[in-house]
Amino acid sequence: MDDGGHLVDAVAAAAAAHGQPMVKAEQVWKSFGKLDVLKGVDFVVQPQQTFVLLGPSGGGKSTLLRCINHLEKIDAGRLYVAGELMGYVDRGSVLHEMRARDVAKQRASIGMVFQRFNLFPHKTAIENVMEAPLKVQHIPRKQAEQEAIDLLARVGLGEKLDTYPAQLSGGQQQRVAIARALAMKPKLMLFDEPTSALDPELVGEVLDVMKQLARDGMTMVVVTHEMGFAKEVADGVALMDGGVIVEQGPPREVLENPKEERTKLFISKVLV
Amino acid sequence: MEASSVSPGGAAAGGPAAAGRPEAIKAIPVRHWGRWISAVIVVYLLVALLFSFIKNPVVEWSTVWEYLFKPYTLIGVARTIEITFACMVVGAIGGVALAVMRLSDNPVLSWIAWGYIWFFRGTPVYVQILLWGNIGVLWLHFYAGLPFTGLVFASTSSGHLVNNLFIVGVLALGLNEAAYAAELVRAGIISVEAGQTEAALSLGMSPALTTRRIVLPQAMRVIIPTFGNETISMLKTTSLLAVLGGGVELFSRMQQVYAQTLQIMPLLVVASIWYLFITSILTVAQAWLEGYFGKGFGAEETEAAEKRAERRAQRADDKLAKEARHG
Repeated sequence: MDDGGHLVDAVAAAAAAHGQPMVKAEQVWKSFGKLDVLKGVDFVVQPQQTFVLLGPSGGGKSTLLRCINHLEKIDAGRLYVAGELMGYVDRGSVLHEMRARDVAKQRASIGMVFQRFNLFPHKTAIENVMEAPLKVQHIPRKQAEQEAIDLLARVGLGEKLDTYPAQLSGGQQQRVAIARALAMKPKLMLFDEPTSALDPELVGEVLDVMKQLARDGMTMVVVTHEMGFAKEVADGVALMDGGVIVEQGPPREVLENPKEERTKLFISKVLV
Repeated sequence: MEASSVSPGGAAAGGPAAAGRPEAIKAIPVRHWGRWISAVIVVYLLVALLFSFIKNPVVEWSTVWEYLFKPYTLIGVARTIEITFACMVVGAIGGVALAVMRLSDNPVLSWIAWGYIWFFRGTPVYVQILLWGNIGVLWLHFYAGLPFTGLVFASTSSGHLVNNLFIVGVLALGLNEAAYAAELVRAGIISVEAGQTEAALSLGMSPALTTRRIVLPQAMRVIIPTFGNETISMLKTTSLLAVLGGGVELFSRMQQVYAQTLQIMPLLVVASIWYLFITSILTVAQAWLEGYFGKGFGAEETEAAEKRAERRAQRADDKLAKEARHG
């Protein structure tokens, strides 16, 4: 990864946003039954930036992330990715739900990495990476295979192409999952606690890949508890609790000189 | 280690190499006399039972051998296998369709599937066979057209259907099987983690593609063993079609013979031998299928993946060799 091989083509990714912010959330509300999980969330992520969502469990971070690629429907507010409203079509004053096919098209350009990896267990590493390019983008098998080999080599798994997920360590599985998401050449990557399910000694290898990705200019929204990662890589951080963003800004301000009591409390607990 | 690191040759063994490995334990095992005695008694009784059956004059082994490979019997065996597989195809297709309907967001489809499963699992299969056998009493003609409009594209007398016992049998058992298969497939689909669907959707795969490429292949791992059992069970259930008469399958043929010759026991033995033979083969086939759909779940790397890895390595070598020649 450190030998100069780039994980993504940053210029192409940046161009995809056409001068718009990559992610724009306006007063996003989401409830599960009577429980309000998000209560009016606003934030903006510019192209090529890394935005880190911090905060205690149950604060709404993961839900917010899942709303960005419309795995969850939002109940109020607006959520735009690269200037496009997610999951709805705005016709004048009336919103129409998007057809499943069109939602799929929107999701194809947003990569997502899950806490539990969610690799397809019946497919080998390379088959996992090739699946979507072959079946969604319909690119030729030879090309898909070559790109998958390159991607897996760049996340340090060139030797594990034909291995099934069950035979890989957690860290290796998560790196395959990152390669699988990158294979669709996304303009935005979402990470949902990508290192929380890993043994401590395997966290580093996944964070290294993510740091490389950030350096290459990928736009990323990351939910994590890794404060070191946030300090080193993030362009913006937000602390979420109780369904709202308590404080947001550059990591140096929020993490080292927090204004809100809630943020101070959280940071003091995490840094112990 | 200190001692072995001094002498350059002896370091390989590692550990307290100087002492060497102590002598292996050679203990006298506990004798389980009770096990031996009970085994001898059980085998003794089984042999006695077997002898009293084999030596029983009623079994008439000569008649068994005579009918075992008679064309009349063999055709019955072939029909039984045909009906079994036709029923399982109807059951599998119907079962997947019903399971998808049952899990669909459309409440009408979901309730229709529920009602179907309720009816076909709630009535005995024996009664269903007789219902299908007597369907000509309910409807004298079948029409293909638009109901309530008088439009008819084609029609046929229900007698055509009822006289073809093969079709009646496949309809009766196949439609019944679909209800059971539906619950099986549904359980299989539900057993696949929600994260699999989310991962597929987040890659831009449509819901239909996700079901076909990601969910169903994984559900298969759960479904196949049970479906194999269903097939074996179906093979034996086809004998119920004997109630329709007409020698449509193996058992009804045996019945027809012993109704005339009164050699009941020998012909039941012939039928049993054939059923045992086919179920044994099906059991082997099932084990193979389980292995196939279990790929990625075993601890061992499967053969197919190893072969692919070899082929890929070979291709890479060839490419390097080619480049070396040109360069």
